[in-house]
Amino acid sequence: MKASKIARYGLLAALALALSYAESLLPSPGVPGVKLGLPNLVVVFALYRLGAADAWALSLARVLLASALFGNGVSLAYSLAGAALSLCVMCLLKRTGKFSETGVSVAGGVAHNAGQILVAALLLETTRLAWYLPVLCVSGTVAGILIGVVSALLVKRVPAFKP
Amino acid sequence: MDWLRTHGHDILLIAALLVLAGALGLFLRLGRHSGGYVSVSVHGETVAELPLDRDASLPIETEGGHNLLIVEDGAARMESADCPDLLCVKMGAVRWTGESIVCLPHQVVVTVENGPDGGFDAAAR
Repeated sequence: MKASKIARYGLLAALALALSYAESLLPSPGVPGVKLGLPNLVVVFALYRLGAADAWALSLARVLLASALFGNGVSLAYSLAGAALSLCVMCLLKRTGKFSETGVSVAGGVAHNAGQILVAALLLETTRLAWYLPVLCVSGTVAGILIGVVSALLVKRVPAFKP
Repeated sequence: MDWLRTHGHDILLIAALLVLAGALGLFLRLGRHSGGYVSVSVHGETVAELPLDRDASLPIETEGGHNLLIVEDGAARMESADCPDLLCVKMGAVRWTGESIVCLPHQVVVTVENGPDGGFDAAAR
């Protein structure tokens, strides 16, 4: 791997990590799981500019580092499930070629929330978390639109990180 | 309409997700009943059950820390906790069957269970 490539990955991973931290500073609306998903800006950007494999590597690095720095074992399970399901869905949707960054990011946001509810239901051994599904579906959609629109601008205008 | 051609599928996807959320929310809301009691579980194991029609307070001790559950006016809420995010406290009060308060860091779930006046048991009787 070339040194310039390593530097670029490091830069993007650090940016995603910083966005994770920035998001944890925002006030919480009171429902667990409702959030903007700022680190997804980097993941969507990487998915379009660098490709699926690089997006996976960056997302994984971000989740592991953020959990090690700000979280614990339990939060790692939630983050990992959310990030993995989200990226699976985003990769599939992007491959169909029918959606823009916005549609891909919306599906990713909702899949992220669904993945976290799934893990919560498994860890807490309860099926009663269905109450959160409608709220998290709407919040994931809205967050996905915002992240998708900004990501599309970044993919179009950022001059660095050309493949 | 260039914009519609590039974003048509996005709009459809967004609309479908919002309709899905609305339908699910409506379904859950129509099926709701006032709860009879709250069940408190730690790590998936039930540790306490409190009737909603009697005011009470219950300190919950876990490996992660402690939470204080208050039952008042037919609703239950987490009064205080020493978890880092305090989401369980911010979630407010629950009173309908199936609603729950979750404290993820402490693995505590407070769920409202069927009362004698509602739910499938009453309908079958």
